[in-house]
Amino acid sequence: MAQAVQRSTVAKIRKDRRKAPWPVEFYRSAVGKKWVMALSGLMLMGFVVSHLVGNLKLYLGREEINLYGEALRDMPGHLLPRTVLLWVVRIGLGAAFAVHIHAAVTLTQTNRKARSKNYQSPRDYLAANYASRTMRYSGVIVLAYLIFHLADLTWGAGPHHLRGDAYNNLVYSLQRPLIASVYVIANLALGLHLTHGAWSMFQSLGVNNPRINAFRRHFARGFAALVVVGNVSFPLLVQLHVVEPTCGKVRTPIADERPCATAIPEAHETAEGNHP
Amino acid sequence: MSPANGDAQTTNANMKIKVTVWRQAGPNAQGAFKDYDLDDISPEMSFLEMLDTLNEMLNDRGEEPVAFDHDCREGICGSCGMMIDGVPHGPERGTATCQLHMRKFSSGAHIKIEPFRASSFPINKDLSVDRSAFDRIIESGGYISAPTGTAPDANLIPIPKGVADVSMDAAQCIGCGACVAACPNGAAQLFTSAKLAHLNLMPQGQAERWDRTVNMVDTMESYFGSCTNHGECEAACPKEISIDFIALMNKDFVKAQLKQRRLAGQLFP
Ligand code: HEM
Ligand code: SF4
Ligand code: FES
Repeated sequence: MAQAVQRSTVAKIRKDRRKAPWPVEFYRSAVGKKWVMALSGLMLMGFVVSHLVGNLKLYLGREEINLYGEALRDMPGHLLPRTVLLWVVRIGLGAAFAVHIHAAVTLTQTNRKARSKNYQSPRDYLAANYASRTMRYSGVIVLAYLIFHLADLTWGAGPHHLRGDAYNNLVYSLQRPLIASVYVIANLALGLHLTHGAWSMFQSLGVNNPRINAFRRHFARGFAALVVVGNVSFPLLVQLHVVEPTCGKVRTPIADERPCATAIPEAHETAEGNHP
Repeated sequence: MSPANGDAQTTNANMKIKVTVWRQAGPNAQGAFKDYDLDDISPEMSFLEMLDTLNEMLNDRGEEPVAFDHDCREGICGSCGMMIDGVPHGPERGTATCQLHMRKFSSGAHIKIEPFRASSFPINKDLSVDRSAFDRIIESGGYISAPTGTAPDANLIPIPKGVADVSMDAAQCIGCGACVAACPNGAAQLFTSAKLAHLNLMPQGQAERWDRTVNMVDTMESYFGSCTNHGECEAACPKEISIDFIALMNKDFVKAQLKQRRLAGQLFP
């Protein structure tokens, strides 16, 4: 009788599981998770660009950007009640963020398990670059920044916040050097994340064709550069006093500045409410 | 080429090198680096011949020789493989360790040699690692499930040249494991995707394309990490397999998932 084949005792890094319905099975697999991650990343990229384009209205003056803020709430005209579509978009983006982070965390855990003991002598990386090796750190910085940014300008935790007056809220905030540097650093981290991410997503989605392969790298670098240059220009130009608040000095609470509080009709009521 | 030659005239061409080698007595033993000086290494030697020379020296000294895997010594079997100065298969691109020549190093070089590392590549001894997790992936790809009869005429199935070429590029994979060793995530995507592509691209491979893809990816994921597209595998691969195949695998996996869903009975098994 033939001798039994000697089976290796290499242990699996994950438990065998019962087969699940299709979408669960798909998201359970690492390849599926990366696909979801790439799609959610793409959604977030769409958000980042539209957000940047909207913010460029800052340079057209206070009226323009405040009206833009209003227009976001009014989307899509009178087809839906006010802010309904905005909330749909917000929830969609929140969900995209949530799955993106969930996939990032679980895949990172898998990868730690797959390389439980690391090399004992220095590695010499040939292809992996700084951006690709710091994805999880740049991602965490972006997450922390996002929370800070929402608190700062959407929920209005700062002392000068006035609902509806996006222009002055932004300028007052960015006049503080510490806050300006937070914006600069976070956007550099986002740029780094996108330098790799906006290329990586093509691979994860299986979008690979010799005709476009060179373009994919250029796209990622160009996209990251656009986001960084655009977003960093705001704190920079405010710090350089190219963009100034329309009223008041840097540290004057808005409540003392009545003209500022009444510029936008929609903002009026809230402003009255906030600062009686 | 006995070590005794070193006592005779050493030609200018011969090199003096220092190697730092990972020594580990067994799978669960504690390992450590150990330094060895070699003063008569011919630049014409392959890296493995240099290790042979080291082992002869160790034998003469009554020490345990360094265990390392090798077989064909011509870059086709995939047995050899080790980290040389922090790179799988060493500094020369597109070559396996056995094809790396000592002339690629300068005399006086200090070379660090470590086994491939990944959780699913446990160390057998010294530089020899157990890569049988690769065999599990291959097995899960299945073979043909139908009796084939006699070999059909080679030209019976027309295959466009482009397809044959790309499939051949993928089929070059020798299963050495350098891609896993190189990957910071310990992922085996390059190996698995190469194995998948060389069948999935061919007309003969279509019948079981989708099952094969799901099964091999699933087995891969039970042993290895997840790709983050560093591209380190492609750079380390002695056969210069392209990460384009990884994208193909990703695409095929998604398609396969969608196709399986349409098969009644697979939705709620
Ligand atoms: C909450 C913060 C975030 C974390 C923790 C995070 C984390 C990660 C990680 C770990 C990866 C995988 C790394 C890799 O593929 O090498 C990744 C990929 C990616 N991220 Fe993020 N990220 C975050 C936010 C963002 C944002 C705001 C965007 C878009 C503007 C974004 C876009 C992308 C893209 C496009 C990819 C590539 C997806 C792929 O290759 O499958 N991420 N992210
Ligand atoms: S893909 Fe390249 S590095 Fe990976 S096992 Fe095959 S030949 Fe070795
Ligand atoms: S010994 Fe066969 S590939 Fe190196």
